[in-house]
Amino acid sequence: MEVPILKQGEFLIATFQAALSDADLNHLRIGLTQQVVRFRSRGVIVDVTAMDVMDSFASRTLREIAHIIRLRGAETVIVGIQPEVAFAMVQLGLTLEGVATALDLEEGLAYLNEKFKTTD
Amino acid sequence: MMAKRDSGSQVAGTRNNQGENLAGTEASSELLRELVAHLRQNRTQLREEWVSRIAETRLLTAMTKEEIFAEATSVYDSYVEALETETFEALQAYARNLSERIIPRGVETHEVVGIVLLLRDVLARSLFAKYQTDFKKLNRILDAYEPAANRIANTVAISFVQERERVIRQQQEAIRELSTPVLQVRERLLILPIIGVIDPQRARQLTEQLLRGIRTNRAKVVVIDITGVAAMDATVANHLVQTVEASRLLGATVIVTGLSPEIAQTLVTIGVDLGKMNTVGDLQGGIEQAERLLGYKVVPSAEPR
Amino acid sequence: MPAEEVEVAISSDQDIVPARQKGRTMAIELGFSSGDATLIATAISELARNILSYARKGKIVLGRTQVASRVGIQVVASDKGPGIPDIGQALRDGYSTSGSLGLGLPGVRRLMDEFSITSQPGQGTTVVVKKWRQ
Repeated sequence: MEVPILKQGEFLIATFQAALSDADLNHLRIGLTQQVVRFRSRGVIVDVTAMDVMDSFASRTLREIAHIIRLRGAETVIVGIQPEVAFAMVQLGLTLEGVATALDLEEGLAYLNEKFKTTD
Repeated sequence: MMAKRDSGSQVAGTRNNQGENLAGTEASSELLRELVAHLRQNRTQLREEWVSRIAETRLLTAMTKEEIFAEATSVYDSYVEALETETFEALQAYARNLSERIIPRGVETHEVVGIVLLLRDVLARSLFAKYQTDFKKLNRILDAYEPAANRIANTVAISFVQERERVIRQQQEAIRELSTPVLQVRERLLILPIIGVIDPQRARQLTEQLLRGIRTNRAKVVVIDITGVAAMDATVANHLVQTVEASRLLGATVIVTGLSPEIAQTLVTIGVDLGKMNTVGDLQGGIEQAERLLGYKVVPSAEPR
Repeated sequence: MPAEEVEVAISSDQDIVPARQKGRTMAIELGFSSGDATLIATAISELARNILSYARKGKIVLGRTQVASRVGIQVVASDKGPGIPDIGQALRDGYSTSGSLGLGLPGVRRLMDEFSITSQPGQGTTVVVKKWRQ
């Protein structure tokens, strides 16, 4: 299943639709990197509201995505982690350390805008 | 005087199980039809007899006479229909629906089981009365009736009990929610005061409530005050750390206030880097820091010119 | 009425999501809260990944379990892979499950209420976890 990536000004927004397979996550990593380069985006929001389980693979992939995107000069924010999913994640020790997180899309955009306001 | 029949009640295992001692399922289906016809014909009388026996045994005292009569009619009809169709889904659905309605009225399991068994007996007695001159036929009729009647009693009782358990679980959850407050003090700021002894189960419940609260209130800062907590074992201390981490995943910063030296030591023992945890001495200080983080100016009461 | 037991073959990463969704469905049918169903689904996901990483294939069996009046769900993840040489070490691996740092077994244990594992080098591994309905 493709993850739609939308461009919003200087930012890209990737929205998970439902449970993603490993292949989908891998495609997303490639797709996002390409788009960041193509549009010279400064920020990426990955909206995982629809994700009902975050396991070690998903967590690792998101961290890798954030890392690669940072190498391209952009910032990643993960938004929409559900309370139950967050709880399960910390039980497993998945803390997404080093990756910015925000409550939802609105907060994610606010975070990125704030970040680029101060560095401009 | 009729010989007392040994009923060896068997609950029908499959839809077409009519009992064991029959000459063939053809015959028993016919018998069942005859039986159902009799129950329909005498519906008014049998239902009244049932209702008066319910009153006699003082069951369903939580309901009025009119209510009992109305429900009795539905139950009677569902009962006969189950006997007729030999299927129990409709009965199950009806029983669940009925349970949903009467449980809030305080009706208890023994009452529901009691009235269904009373109906079974009232109907059985009327069969005895009708076929008393033909003992062989009576036996065959009862062979057809009993397994089905027992299965009906079972179905209704189980549906009621399941519904009751569901309601109890819901109530327990509601009580737990009420007894552990997550307070919204200002916009985007939540406070979770923890008092007393926390066991791992309560700690977990607090975490879940806090995370839901962060989402509902769109909180960006949470102050967890543990001034009122005397001691914390490693398990609960781990829960605290997990709560901080999980809150961050929802985009909220956590400030822990009221950390006693003992608890600080426990945290260090389990490997927490206190330098990375946001801690402030007391609740007031924590709230002020939270406000600063949220961009509220902490203004002294008299503005200097 | 839910089926008593469901078996899911795990032979590729495409089996992971269906396996955990079946787990979630069964958990809800058994009366677990949504939060607990998420924990169960997450545990299944991790167990399935372990099977793929270390044995390349195996199976997961989900079922209802009951002791006295307590009702729960049981997940049995088994494979005939190389086995785990040092179970003690695998269970001690601390919190991190990122990268190749380990099987994430301590994490799975935290997610569930009961956990047991048997593994023989050369004979495979079986992990049995249970969660009780509150």
